[in-house]
Amino acid sequence: MLLEIDTVTKTYPGAARPVLRGVSLGLAAGETLALTGESGSGKSTLLHLASALDSFDSGEIRLEGTALSGLDDTGRARLRRERVALVFQQFNLIPSLSVAQNLAFHARLAGRLDRDWLAELTERLGLAELTARYPEQLSGGQQQRVAIGRALAARPALLLADEPTGNLDETASAAVMDLMLDLVRASGTALFLVTHSQAVAARADRHLHLAAGRVA
Amino acid sequence: MRRAALQALWSHWRRHPLQLATLLAGLALATALWSAVQAINAEARASYARATAQLGVAALDRLEAPGGPVPLARYVALRRAGWQLSPILEGRATLGDQRLRIVGLDPLSHPPMPAVQTLASDPEALPQMIAQGGLMLAPPDLAAALRDTPGLPMVRASAEVPPGMVLTDIGVAERLLHREGQIDRLLILPDQPMGLQPLDRLAPDLHRLPGREGADTARLTDSFHLNLTAFGLLSFAVGLFIVHGTVGLAFEQRRAMIRTLRALGLPMRSLTALMLAELVALALIGGGIGLVLGYLVAAALLPDVAATLRGLYGAPVAGGLSLRPVWVLGGLGMAIAGTLATGAGSLWRGAHMPILAAPGLQAWAERAHRAARLQALAGVGLIAAGLLALWLIPGLIGGFALLAGLMLGAALLLPPVLGLILTLGRRLVGGVVGEWLWADMRAQLPGISLALMALLLALATNIGVGTMVKSFRLTFVGWLDQRLVADLYVTARDDAQGAEIARWLAPRVAAVLPLREAEFQIAGAPAEVYGVVDDVSYRDHWPLIRHSAAGWDRVLTGQAAFVNEQLARRAGLWPGAEVRIAPGWALPVAGVYSDYGNPSGQVIVSIPALLAHARAVPNRRFGIRAGALPVADLMRDLQTQFDLPAAALIDNAGLKARSLAVFDKTFVVTGALNLLTLGVAGFAILTSLLTLWSLRLPQIAPVWALGLTRADLARLEIGRSLALALLTALLALPLGLALAWVLLKVINVQAFGWELPMSLFPLDWLRLLALALLAAGLAAALPARRLYRLPPSDLLKVFANAR
Repeated sequence: MLLEIDTVTKTYPGAARPVLRGVSLGLAAGETLALTGESGSGKSTLLHLASALDSFDSGEIRLEGTALSGLDDTGRARLRRERVALVFQQFNLIPSLSVAQNLAFHARLAGRLDRDWLAELTERLGLAELTARYPEQLSGGQQQRVAIGRALAARPALLLADEPTGNLDETASAAVMDLMLDLVRASGTALFLVTHSQAVAARADRHLHLAAGRVA
Repeated sequence: MRRAALQALWSHWRRHPLQLATLLAGLALATALWSAVQAINAEARASYARATAQLGVAALDRLEAPGGPVPLARYVALRRAGWQLSPILEGRATLGDQRLRIVGLDPLSHPPMPAVQTLASDPEALPQMIAQGGLMLAPPDLAAALRDTPGLPMVRASAEVPPGMVLTDIGVAERLLHREGQIDRLLILPDQPMGLQPLDRLAPDLHRLPGREGADTARLTDSFHLNLTAFGLLSFAVGLFIVHGTVGLAFEQRRAMIRTLRALGLPMRSLTALMLAELVALALIGGGIGLVLGYLVAAALLPDVAATLRGLYGAPVAGGLSLRPVWVLGGLGMAIAGTLATGAGSLWRGAHMPILAAPGLQAWAERAHRAARLQALAGVGLIAAGLLALWLIPGLIGGFALLAGLMLGAALLLPPVLGLILTLGRRLVGGVVGEWLWADMRAQLPGISLALMALLLALATNIGVGTMVKSFRLTFVGWLDQRLVADLYVTARDDAQGAEIARWLAPRVAAVLPLREAEFQIAGAPAEVYGVVDDVSYRDHWPLIRHSAAGWDRVLTGQAAFVNEQLARRAGLWPGAEVRIAPGWALPVAGVYSDYGNPSGQVIVSIPALLAHARAVPNRRFGIRAGALPVADLMRDLQTQFDLPAAALIDNAGLKARSLAVFDKTFVVTGALNLLTLGVAGFAILTSLLTLWSLRLPQIAPVWALGLTRADLARLEIGRSLALALLTALLALPLGLALAWVLLKVINVQAFGWELPMSLFPLDWLRLLALALLAAGLAAALPARRLYRLPPSDLLKVFANAR
């Protein structure tokens, strides 16, 4: 199993109730999994825990056999750098870098920039004409395509996407999803997708629903 | 409605207490340094005016002879013709070990003066003052120091006498100044009999000059006060950079609130008025704190400033500070004006913002970016205007205009130049993190550029003023080596003992050099005239900066004179000109020598020439070239042989050390202001980084998510600050050297009357660079620590706005 989440609980400081209450799930290599749920159900939190961005209170998360609870800040940073990649709803590109530099950024951080793969990604994402631009000069759909390209250029084992089409209109959303699913399947990357949209979720290999901090 | 709106506006500061603290601190610092300088200036000027008022002659016209004393016969003739006049003789002399100003007057005819009026209560005091023995009035500290000095008239303390001055009868002053029968000026008393012959007919050789109120001292010290004011203004500007940055950010952060308030029906005019009132209130609070700080800074610096003014100009300034309402109002006025000036742009933008305009912190940085080109043009324009001003208005005003243009222009040029360097530098760095760091620095520049401009100004001022002071010191040390030709200086109790000492020394030492001086009025101002003997040490070492052929031969045979640089510049007395020392005594100028630290003009002639025109010049002081004899032995022998007090003997090293101590004390105030300005600039960086904190998170969080630790990012934050400070410091170096050049070659010549060679001090630059890096590192440490300790959940908020 690529990702194992085992009875994980999480309570935010100051919150009266836990946001996750013993969540367990698994994700195999190359598999795509969609997680849906109401606002506040804890789906983004679960994604942040799986990507080692945040820590949990109890339970365990293993990525390729590595237990995340045993990692310090440096170990978590290395894991994010080398084994997972993230796509956010707000795109979160680096505004001071050009499109080309943003695309290559994560792969270079991970120390495995494959220029042919990057060129292919750039071409398939329709960004070849935009590489000299800066994020602020792109539309929302274009920025999300750069974010997907940045994530996949690093050839991660696992791509974690938090509402990747939440900021896009219907047409752009469908186009971005098509591209992302095509590319993860072509590269053998597993995808853990958090979304509100049932239509988007339906396109994944597996679909789970989170309600009140538990997998329904 | 207004109350609710005010509550909403104020809630911003409640939510951002650090921003409020920064704004108040910026205002307080700006006001503090400005008002400290103003307090010092006001106190000094009040001292000058008090000194004149204490003499009670402020409003009276006076008669003076151009280029010399008023002949006694002319005074007698005018009195006989019925004119009511009061004679004054004034000069500087050393009494005991005190160098002081002696004012001799006729207590019976002199206009009412506080110091003399206080004698009325003592029936014996006034007769004592006029009597043969005489009476001297001195300020309490001086009176205490002079009381036990042998050979002086009775000394009486009076708080009404200005600091550093002694008042006495003109007859006593003649004796103390060795200027028997001389009068410097005649005061024209207010009540004159009818039908007098006009003065211009009775005394066509005398000039009638209007009354003055401390005018001479004020004019003489104008340049010093202008220097201090420039420093104060610079510090004020540096402090306002902080205010500008904070006010600008607060307005941007409140855009959404302003839009909402307008949407809820609050007219823009009312909103602008409320924000204006808010700014004025903040200015009053910050300014009030600044005034308290300014008072404390001024009180701490005033004693050193007083020492400087006494040392450089002989100006009387008391060391105490009093609280003046004008100063308080002026300080608050400056705080309000500065706040409104820095907030005007934000207010104007707020007032003209469309009600549906999108909010955005990013817009703030982008606008600054767009303004960079205009800023660069304005910078070049200001530097050009400064150069033009120096060309069109030669002198002190032109020099200061050049300084202002140079400093402000360079500050405006800094962001575009840094932007260019960062763009070019980005191509040279390797590694993905390095590349991001440079790109990020470039992106961050608009937000931090005001703080960097403040740092540039502070560093350049430090380099410029530091180079000026150290060049001055180096020259001064070299000059002391040349000027202090003797190994030992001795002061006898009186002329008889002086002659005895000279006789005793003659067979024992290499040379005995009498130091004899008298004061004369030269070119309308008191000047010291020294008589010297022929000695190889004078010929070989005297610091002549210009001289004609066989200068020493002509001076020592009484055919010519040397003048000091101050007198040469002031009166145009360069070689070839003629200096009028006294009526019937004029000599060609054979050379000009440097004479740093002396406020007065000075002339060197041969001793016989001096004695021919000034009888009874004391013969008590001697310079001794010891030859093979150890100086310590000679000192001991002299003390034993003549029962001299230790203070009567000082060796070359001791005198140099004493002179250097006075010199260093003179520039304590400059050093303190330098450090304070640098401190304010460091604080400006800190406040910029803290206020930019909310802008930084969206830029840092993605990099953290992609695999850099918070510790890495914190280190990079510090590295970024250090790199920007380093680049700014490197750019400050040429600016500082340009500033030093203007100070040494333009301002100094106008202000002090001497030109100094410029030396370079690379070690000082390195020290300053380290200080700048330390300031930048400390400023970045707090935000970096905050970043290092930031809970991941706070960073995650950047990615999950919707949660």
